[in-house]
Amino acid sequence: MNVAQPPTLARIIREATGLDVARCYQCGKCTAGCPMARYMDLMPHQIMRLVQLGGAPAEEKLLGCATLWSCAGCLTCTQRCPKELDPAGVMDVLRQISYDRKKTSPEQKKVLAFHRAFLKTVESDGRMSEFSLVRRYKMASRDFMSDVALAPAMFARGKLKFAGHKTPGRKEVRRIFAVCRKGGGR
Amino acid sequence: MARVGVFICHCGENIARTVDVAAAAAAAAKMPGVVYSADYKYMCSDPGQQLVRKAIADHKLTGAVVAACSPRMHENTFRRAAAAAGMNPYLLEMANVREHCSWVHSDRAAATAKAIDLIRVMVEKVKRNRGLRTITVPVEPTAVVIGGGIAGIQAALDIAAGGKAVVLIEKSPSLGGHMARLSETFPTLDCSQCILTPRMVEAANHPNITLMTSSEVESVGGFVGNFEVTVRRKARYVDPAKCTGCGECWSKCPVKNIPSEFDAGLSRRTAIYRASPQAVPNQPVIDARHCLMLTKGRCGVCAKVCPRGAINFKDADELVKVKAGAIVLATGFELWDHSAYGEYGGGRIADVIDGFAFERLASASGPTAGEIRRPSDGAEPKTVVFVQCCGSRDEKAGVAYCSKICCMYTAKHAMLYAHKVHGGRAVVFYMDVRSAGKGYDEFVRRAIEKDGAEYIRGRVSKIYRRADGKIMVRGSDTLAGTPVAVEADMVVLADAVTPRPDARTLARMLGVAYDADGFFSEAHPKLRPVETAVAGVYLAGACQGPKDIPESVAQASAAAAKTLGLFARPKLEREPIVARVNRITCAHCRACINACPYKAIEDFNILDRSGKVIRVVANVNEGLCQGCGTCVSVCRSKSVDLDGFTDEQVFLQIAALGPEESGVKSRGSS
Amino acid sequence: MKSIGYYPGCALACSGIELDLSIRALSGLAGVELCEIADWNCCGASSAHSTGHELAVALPYRVLALAEAQGLTEILAPCASCFSRLKGTLVRLRRNPEMLERMAGLTGRACRNSVSVVNVVEYLGRLLKEGLAGKLTSPLKGVKVAAYYGCLLSRGEGIVEGEDAENPTGMEAAIQAAGCEAVPWNFATECCGGAFSLAKPEAVVDLSAAVLGDAEQAGAQMIVAGCPMCHSNLDMRQRAMSAAGRRTRPMPILYLSELLGLAAGIAPKTIGLDRHFTDAMSIAGRSA
Repeated sequence: MNVAQPPTLARIIREATGLDVARCYQCGKCTAGCPMARYMDLMPHQIMRLVQLGGAPAEEKLLGCATLWSCAGCLTCTQRCPKELDPAGVMDVLRQISYDRKKTSPEQKKVLAFHRAFLKTVESDGRMSEFSLVRRYKMASRDFMSDVALAPAMFARGKLKFAGHKTPGRKEVRRIFAVCRKGGGR
Repeated sequence: MARVGVFICHCGENIARTVDVAAAAAAAAKMPGVVYSADYKYMCSDPGQQLVRKAIADHKLTGAVVAACSPRMHENTFRRAAAAAGMNPYLLEMANVREHCSWVHSDRAAATAKAIDLIRVMVEKVKRNRGLRTITVPVEPTAVVIGGGIAGIQAALDIAAGGKAVVLIEKSPSLGGHMARLSETFPTLDCSQCILTPRMVEAANHPNITLMTSSEVESVGGFVGNFEVTVRRKARYVDPAKCTGCGECWSKCPVKNIPSEFDAGLSRRTAIYRASPQAVPNQPVIDARHCLMLTKGRCGVCAKVCPRGAINFKDADELVKVKAGAIVLATGFELWDHSAYGEYGGGRIADVIDGFAFERLASASGPTAGEIRRPSDGAEPKTVVFVQCCGSRDEKAGVAYCSKICCMYTAKHAMLYAHKVHGGRAVVFYMDVRSAGKGYDEFVRRAIEKDGAEYIRGRVSKIYRRADGKIMVRGSDTLAGTPVAVEADMVVLADAVTPRPDARTLARMLGVAYDADGFFSEAHPKLRPVETAVAGVYLAGACQGPKDIPESVAQASAAAAKTLGLFARPKLEREPIVARVNRITCAHCRACINACPYKAIEDFNILDRSGKVIRVVANVNEGLCQGCGTCVSVCRSKSVDLDGFTDEQVFLQIAALGPEESGVKSRGSS
Repeated sequence: MKSIGYYPGCALACSGIELDLSIRALSGLAGVELCEIADWNCCGASSAHSTGHELAVALPYRVLALAEAQGLTEILAPCASCFSRLKGTLVRLRRNPEMLERMAGLTGRACRNSVSVVNVVEYLGRLLKEGLAGKLTSPLKGVKVAAYYGCLLSRGEGIVEGEDAENPTGMEAAIQAAGCEAVPWNFATECCGGAFSLAKPEAVVDLSAAVLGDAEQAGAQMIVAGCPMCHSNLDMRQRAMSAAGRRTRPMPILYLSELLGLAAGIAPKTIGLDRHFTDAMSIAGRSA
């Protein structure tokens, strides 16, 4: 009797998106048009290739790479892929898995701090108010100095407010967060 | 008394895996009229056919049913075997238990029962088959070749060399097709015009070839050996008998701004024009859409200056009927329109051109006399980017298939560019390099290793024109794992090879099948690459699928060989499945004459001894009748029947499937 | 259109305040009532879909459910990212009824997925067709505009409808109606850096500077943007671009709704034109 193998990333991606990554023929059009490529370690087409390749070393590389968190989700790759393979969607699934399994790239602390700060603000207030977001982000990233000069200007223009706007029914939003956390996402 | 033999083939596993052939043979043995029943692994093989022949002789069979594949596969094979054993071949029928049974079902019990039913039905039919004699029809030993490019020219020359007549029909005013527009050909870098123009002249002058340029096929009737092709000879407005090609007319024509199709829009031509200086026939024609006299009734300068008075504004299209025994389709291809790629500029950037435009730039007889200059400002480009797979291998926005020739002609372009622009930089973005022919891979390596072309593996995402005139190309190098941006002066896109848009119309006229991409379908992808499913219609060149010049020439010669093989017999044998009118009961209502799609039925006078017409009835011309059975179904007095498929046979076949009480009883032998 | 559901989204209260102000002003002028979804929550933007599959759907789902419960059939989401999340979720749930059921359980709210979502370009186009065009009494004569769609107003199959993703034209009619000339340029759909403003500002400076550079080379005097993230990156970061040696000349960045507001003669302060980082009030002087 076979010991059950954990599903491969390719299989998880197929179940989440319906895409069969085997169809990728490594043309490189995604990499060619990616605006954030210079901030990535693995190129988008290499991400697709590693998913195809499978196996533990490839998976580790994928889940821990900096690329996932440098992707802007601009959809240029998805728009132009001649095989209609949605690399942006694949990146999303890999991000979710990476985050869920706590394998995120140590190089991308700031990006992850941003996402956590954003979500924490939404969980607490139901909505994201920029002041709360920035406050949380700076505490988490220890990046206090950047954009400090902009803050007064933003306040003056009404683009930053101390009193964050909140969803009246934010308890419901908190409950949603809790349920999702228990379900573990993916 | 009927003595029918049943032969069931296993077809290896194809039939036997799903149908219990032994059980079927046993069941067949019990059918009324069957005196012999056997099964064998490969009935079409030599021992299999031996089995059939021996059984016919030993058991004095009066009919045979071979239960195997489709009759389209092997009916002829088995009929020949029957004939060799002394039985009339039309006393042998096939029951299709493969395509109609084992290949489409998976339930063994049900499939076996169905196979037995199919056999029973054919046994009932065969018991009433009559020994028929093949019909012979004369063959018109003239070939019509549609398309005057290299494939059409080659086919015409080969058929003509075989002593038969050819009518070569070309849509444009000149022979030569796309090959005439090329600068040099791979892998030898032969000058294209130099190797082609002698052939063009030979085709125009050959005593056996009638050349019809500016002509299109309007309709096709008839069948193999006896086609009737109606050709529309379009008005040229220039009398070919008088014109010497001196050029006075086009040098004086005031309409000078029409983008030249031959030069891919890189130059302008006049309304009265010759496609190129090497055109065959070397005479101009008038483009009626742009001629001032023909559209507005003024000008007429060409007529005034023509020293031979060869201009005729009253010229009109002429319909000509050509009788032919065979037709060769050689209509060639077109390039895909890259304006579908918005990311490459949507066709709006002047310095982003296709392969033919580059050929015209490189050609010594082209708009820039062979100098590589970019269309927007005539400057010599110092960096040229070549993009392979533009539209090809793109299921989403282009075509799914590989266009085969682009890797080779791109390498050629890179080499020509390197030879002409010293110090220039050629960058080729590719996905794969497909260079499978003789000397082909060495050719591509030469472009890279000797002529310095930079080959980068990766598709291009975006091409745009910067304000300073540079063409920005965003590609990638998948092998090195990095995006690559190139500031180019000119970009050449290797657009996909597609069939001509009107090819489908022509195919429908002939009843020839074409695939989802519009390429004509060959009869069998492996073993019958130049025939179509329509007897007497052959294929040559890129109209059947993307291919280069040597392959087109080879196919053309093959099509010519098939044509000459057809013409080698003075008469063609045809299946005697034809309609027959009972003159006694025919009431001459003419319903059949009107219904026949082949115009094969005509009035027939019955005369008395003094020669007076006493009755008129319908009569079937066996040579034209295709055995479709339409007349049988419309005849109100049941006076027409189909040899080989009589009404009685058909009803008894149906009854063989039904319950005993269906009420249809057989009239003749059991 | 008498009224439409309104999902302002988080940005419109703060950094994208001009978008909210100008849309409200235009809708008021056109006589369209904006029915804000009561108790709306954040759609999750990119942070939710980057980190969790369920949350990414649940947050927009709640919004759609609330809208439906409020009796709304259509909602306007001016922020391109909110639009993408809401419409994307709607499309996803339509294709996947099992997920629709699961969301109902997860959130405790039933939803038939009956609400449709429109983006700001579609909405303004509709307002123009339904009579706003006649109210543009102060057109900006001959101002050259680069129409900037960015990512989420041009791409997204099934989400952005009726646009050629490589060459979108949805804003053109509005720009022309405002009296301006939409110049052809190369970067209309290039990414500005998106949500990396805080975490990777160098990327935003890099990409946004390239967008501004191409607009300038094309002869544009102003860029019109649809998305508040794009607006912020292009508008707020111009000084940082100069500091990085990437820009010299300031380029005003207007929302399409601000442009139309100006052309309709609405006071610049009412539509928030005085709140930009890169001066846009000079543009106000160009309207007749």
